[in-house]
Parts: sequence; structure tokens; C-alpha cells
Amino acid sequence: MTSLQFIWFILIGVLFSGFFFLDGFDFGVGMLVKSFAKNTAERDVVIRTIGPHWDGNEVWLITAGGAMFASFPMWYATLFSGYYLILFLILAALIFRGVSFEFRANMETDTWRNFWEWAATIGSFCAAFLFGMLFTSMIAGMPIDKNGDMTAHFTDYVNLFSLVGGVAVTVLCLVHGLNFIRLKTEGSLRDRALAWNKILYPVLFAGEVLFAVLLYFSTDFFDKKPLSTTAIVVALVIVTCLAYWGVLGNHEWLSFIGSGLGLVSVVVLIFNGLFPRVMIANNPAYSLLIKNSSNSPYTLHLMTILTFSILPIVLIYFIWSYWVFYKRLASPKQDA
Amino acid sequence: MLNLGLDILGLARFQFGMTTVFHFFFVPFSIGLAFVVAVMETMYAIKGDEDYKKMAQFWGKMFLYSFAVGVVTGIIQEFQFGMNWSEYSRFMGDIFGAPLAIEALAAFFMESTFIGMWMFTWGRFNKWVHTLFIWLVMFGSSLSALWILAANSFMQNPLGYIINSKTGHVQMVSFGKVIGNPQLWNEFPHVIFGAFVTASFVIAGCCAWRLLKKDHVAFYRKSLNVALVIGLIFSVGSIASGDMQSRYLINNQPMKFAAMEGLYKNSTNKGEWSAVAGFDNKQHKTTWSVDVPYVLNLLSYHKTTGTVKGMNTINKEMHAKYDKKFGSDMNYYVPTKTLFWSFRIMSGAGALFALLAIVGLIFNRKKSQAIMKQRWFLYILGLCLWLPFIVNTAGWFITEFGRYPWIVYGLLTIADAVSPNVSVASLLTTNIVYFLMFAGMGVVMIVLCHRVLKAGPDDELTDGYASSDTDLDPYSKGAFNHD
Repeated sequence: MTSLQFIWFILIGVLFSGFFFLDGFDFGVGMLVKSFAKNTAERDVVIRTIGPHWDGNEVWLITAGGAMFASFPMWYATLFSGYYLILFLILAALIFRGVSFEFRANMETDTWRNFWEWAATIGSFCAAFLFGMLFTSMIAGMPIDKNGDMTAHFTDYVNLFSLVGGVAVTVLCLVHGLNFIRLKTEGSLRDRALAWNKILYPVLFAGEVLFAVLLYFSTDFFDKKPLSTTAIVVALVIVTCLAYWGVLGNHEWLSFIGSGLGLVSVVVLIFNGLFPRVMIANNPAYSLLIKNSSNSPYTLHLMTILTFSILPIVLIYFIWSYWVFYKRLASPKQDA
Repeated sequence: MLNLGLDILGLARFQFGMTTVFHFFFVPFSIGLAFVVAVMETMYAIKGDEDYKKMAQFWGKMFLYSFAVGVVTGIIQEFQFGMNWSEYSRFMGDIFGAPLAIEALAAFFMESTFIGMWMFTWGRFNKWVHTLFIWLVMFGSSLSALWILAANSFMQNPLGYIINSKTGHVQMVSFGKVIGNPQLWNEFPHVIFGAFVTASFVIAGCCAWRLLKKDHVAFYRKSLNVALVIGLIFSVGSIASGDMQSRYLINNQPMKFAAMEGLYKNSTNKGEWSAVAGFDNKQHKTTWSVDVPYVLNLLSYHKTTGTVKGMNTINKEMHAKYDKKFGSDMNYYVPTKTLFWSFRIMSGAGALFALLAIVGLIFNRKKSQAIMKQRWFLYILGLCLWLPFIVNTAGWFITEFGRYPWIVYGLLTIADAVSPNVSVASLLTTNIVYFLMFAGMGVVMIVLCHRVLKAGPDDELTDGYASSDTDLDPYSKGAFNHD
């Protein structure tokens, strides 16, 4: 493994972390459109919190996918063709929720507005859940052949471990979204988000413990890297505790950063466990490795230079755009 | 398993065609609208004329819908290389991934961030700063076109690579050659100019329908003027860049060029050009045609003499060149009818656009009322609203069908590129669902644009996330100033 390959493995991890941190909360906010927000006026405000941002957040996913193609095409090809149907469902979910925000605001009848609100809610749920399921089943190992082609059966994707993984990621996104709403609104929505999180955090703890137990039985993470895996699982629990403390003590930033770091630590856990592989095959001889899945040194070198010169500029205006929309949105009056 | 005569290759190709065509309804429309809206807002910034601000906001609404659909269908594009074409991804990763990743990093972030800024900050920033946002969106979306065309150009004309002897995959040796590919610099202006034409004629068509109803006459006449000026400049630009591109093809992809002109046999020195013709694909011959002398040479070489190779000759040449590697049972003929008629639709429409723009600008002179009296002209203009979408599709049909049987010209065939592990059932399911989703989104798009038009430019609350709560209108002053 060369240092460039190592850098790119880390970079892919960073991009996915960015995606989960950012899209995590807008998935969460999307899920809340139908249940948490009680009426049209409230839904306007809830959707408005992510209005200027969801699109940019999703670009992190597109960038992560593109970067994977540009650095580890074997990984990209195996993962994307192998997870064909799950990725297709994710795409459908992302499409429905993506257009729903724009379309819903312009619907004249309640029926159609209702339709797009459900599209936002279900789309966001499915996207978060399916991503959780995809990555969980991926680390459990998949049937991959010599050519790197994966032909998985239903139970390879859908089993107890992957379902728990999917639910855990969904709940993480949900609390992250609620923490975001606490930061971005004031009035009744802000209070309600706090109340919801007081109930959801104990559920999340239970999910995380169950996930950690299944992780021990379903993957080789604890065998191969007992120390780092344990440390990251502990870190996940600690940041979740901090976030929960932020809920109980009403420290909004602490909660938000805590739930975001919770999602990031899941990504770190996965990438740490994968290393030095990128795809885990049931037959270890066919696992894809960092060293033989990457592009040529020329392309990696080029991409490194380009990425390190463009990404800082992107980050500056990306962060600036959040700063521009920093102000809180008022909750609609109760009689509205 | 089901046996409907369907195979992975056919379904994967159909899916790529369908998703790309649908995606490409919205891409040029969005790029073009960003440009037109940016021009309108710049006029507002310069002149301080509120009409231009109203225009930018009004046509900006359509831009936002189109952009949303373009973004979500774009994700399919990126994912499907890996999903349906895994062998292609492995073969081309070293070249293809780079422009795709740079596209996301350099272009998508810029577009998506600044579109949010533009949409929600009317009245919050100095008008020049706000105008800058839409220019950055426009700049970002043009950049994204540049990068994806860089990737496409390699598929049409591979440059700056070697074949890795161990893996058999392509490997980049010169990034400069990849982005300096003449194919790219012939293709890019044509695509961008075409995008500007698309938006201007959709706007012109919408204006025409409203003018027929005598609705907001001053507003739509002013919009029409902006649209037609832009439409004229860039339809002429499209024709010029299209001419440049097709002359480039004669040497670079002679098979594509010969099919566009329906030439099975080599042309004679007289340069007979078939205006219309019928073909027998099986026997590889032209069954009938209406010919005009010298035009072929004028189109090909800008002079009256010269000859152009026909498909039968080129087929033999390609067999001689590639049989050693790909075997002698390859078929190098491209779908002649598709290319021939697509080319005629595209170039005919290009000329029509330029003509309509000239006539429209004359009728729409400031002091004249001619435009209101010439109702036939408004009907034609109104119908031509749909034409750019057909033309854009025709253009890509030529480019992509003309690449047959290659996915990467001379290096990899389409048949060798498909994912071997994806089942017919999966592909069939996804094709059906995508089709239904696209149809649904297309209908909603049309309904929304129609509603915007019906509501008219004075309707304040049509866009974004607005509701009865006026504080939430993104276009109103003080939105977000809640504390």
C-alpha cells in the first residue's frame, strides 16, 4: 500500500463522514415533516430549516461517490453493482425527498401537498435506513467472486445485524435532525424537539448496545482490531452520552455536535474495521484490498493536488452559507 | 426466469438512454435559465429597472424546479456507471473517475450552495452581490458540463492514456491531453450554446402564449425581447459550433459523419447531399434520395470539391484495423436512420431558431404593435417551446449512437462493459420504476411551470418554501430576520 492509496482511503472516509454529519440532520428533519410538525405552517418552518442546505449536503454523497470512482474504481464497481437493488431504492428515496421540498410548496390542493409531505418523510426514512443497512451488511462480509463481482442473496442484505444497523442509523439521524431543529428554531418547535429527544435518546442507547453486541458476532472487527474497535465503540457511546447530557441540560450546540459525531464515529468504525480492505468477501482470498483496488499513482497524485486545492475553497463558502442562514426561525403561532 | 427476449445488455443500454435523455431535458434548460436569469438580474443591477428584477424572479421560479429535477436525476447518472456498467468502471476508472470527482468538488458544491443563497436572500444583500450568486450558479453548472464532457470526450476520442499491461485497463498518462482533447473543445461550446438557446426559446414560447391571451403585455414583451436577443446570438453560435464539430468528425469519427449524411458509398467529387433519403440497413444501401449537388462538400470542407468516405469503405477499414483484437464478426455500422434524421432535425431546428429570433425581434420593436397582430407568429413561437428538448435529444442521439459498437472508441465495446452480476429481473424492475418516476416528475414539472405562468409575474408567493405566512416568503425583505 502506498501513502497515496492510504490518503485516499482516509479521504473517502472523510467525505462519507461529511455526508453523514450533514445529510444526517436533513434526513432527520425530513422524517419529522409528517409526525413532528403538526400543521402546514409548522411544516413550512421545519422544511425551511434545511431549505437552503439539503442540496449542498447531498453533494457530499455525490462527491464521495465520484471520489471513490476516481481513486478506487474496483471498490466503486463492486459496491455499486453488488448493492444494485438497495442503491436503486436509495436513489428512488433521494429523488422523492429531493423534489418534494420544491414541489410541496407549490401544490394547490391539500391532497397533493399531503402526497409530497409523505414523500419527504418516507424518502428520508428509507434513505437513512437503507444506508445503515448497506454499510452494516457490507462489513459483515459478502459473497464476492474472483473477478470482484458480488452476487448477494436477500438474506445477505437483510438479516438481524443489518436491520439493527439500519434502525440505529435511522434513530441517529432522527435525533440529529431534532438537535438541528433545536438550533434553528425558537418557540414551540424548539421545545417539542427537546421533549422528543428526551424520549428518543434511551432508544438510541439500546440500539447502540445491541449493535455493538451484534458487531462482535457478525464481523471480524473485534478479532482483527480489538483495541481500536473497542475504543471507537466506546467513543460512540461517549459522544451519545454527551449529546444526551446536552438534551437534559439544554445545551443545544453540545447535543448537535454530539449527535453529528455519533454518525461520524459509525463511519470511522466501519473504515477502521475495513482497513486494509475495502470490501470484505466471505472468502477472505477474494476481499478487495486498498493496495489492489486503486487507480494509478499518476491519477491519485493528480486527484490529491486538485482535491487539496479545491476543497478548502469549497469549505469556506459552504460554511459561509450556513453562517448567512444562522438566524433562528420562529415557530408559527398556535392558532395559525 | 422470464424469457421475454430481454437481455442485460439491452436493458442496461435502454436504462442509460432513458435516464440520460430525461436528465438532459433539465440540464440545458437549467444552465440556460441560469444564464438568462443572470442577464436579467444584471440588467436590473445596472439600470435599476424593477421590471428586470420581476423578470429574474419570475423566470427564476422555473429555474428552481428544473434545477431540483436535474439534481436528483443527476445522482442516478453517477451511480449507474457502477451499478449497470461495472466492467466499464473497472476499465475506465483511472480516466473517468477524475473528471467526475472534480465535477462534484468544483462545480456541484458551487451550484448547490449559491442556488440556496440566491433563492433565500432577495433584499438581504447589495443587488450586485445577489446578482453575483446567480452568476456563480451559472458558472458552476457550466463547469459541471465541461467536466462531464471531458469524460465523454475520452469515450469518443481516447487521448492521454496507455493500456496497463497487467490489468488491461486504461491508465492516464497525461491529464493535459485528457482535458485538451479537441473533441471536448468542439463539443463544449455546442452544448453550452444549445443550453442558452433552449432556455431562451422556452421563455419566448411561454411569452407567446401569454401574449396571445393579452396578459401582462408589457412584461411579456420585454421578456420576449431579452429571450430573443439571447436566442439569436446563441442559435447562430450553435450553428457555427455545430459546423465546427461535424467537420471535426470527418477525420475523427468518419463512420458517425457518414451515417449523419446517409452515405453508404463514397461520395463523388460533385458532392451530392441527400436532403431526405430512405435506407436499407440490411443491404447497406440507400433506397431513394433527393440530392442537391455540392452541398455535401460545402458542409464538409467549406468548398465545392472533395470526397467523403462512405460507410461501406469505413466498415472495411475498421475491420482491417480491429479484427486482430476484437474478431471479425464485429458489426461497425451505426444506426443510420437514427443518425441521418437526428442530424436533419437538429440542424433544421437550429436554422429555424435563428429565423424565428430575427422575425420576432422585428415584430417586437419598441414602438411597433406588430407582434400583437401577427397571431400566427405567436402560435409558431408558442409551439416551438417544445422543440429545443427534441433537438437536444437528437444531438445526443448522434453523439452516442454514432459511437456504436464502442463504449470507449476503439478500446472497449458496449457489450464488454456491462455489469455481469446484475439480473434481468433487477434491470427490468428498475427500468419500469424509473420510467414511472420520470413520467410523474415530467408531468409535475409541466403543471408547475404552467401554474407559474397562469399566476403571472405579480404573484408574490409562488416560490420556494413560501406559505400564507408572509415572513416565510424567500423573496420578501426581512425573511429570516426573526430575532
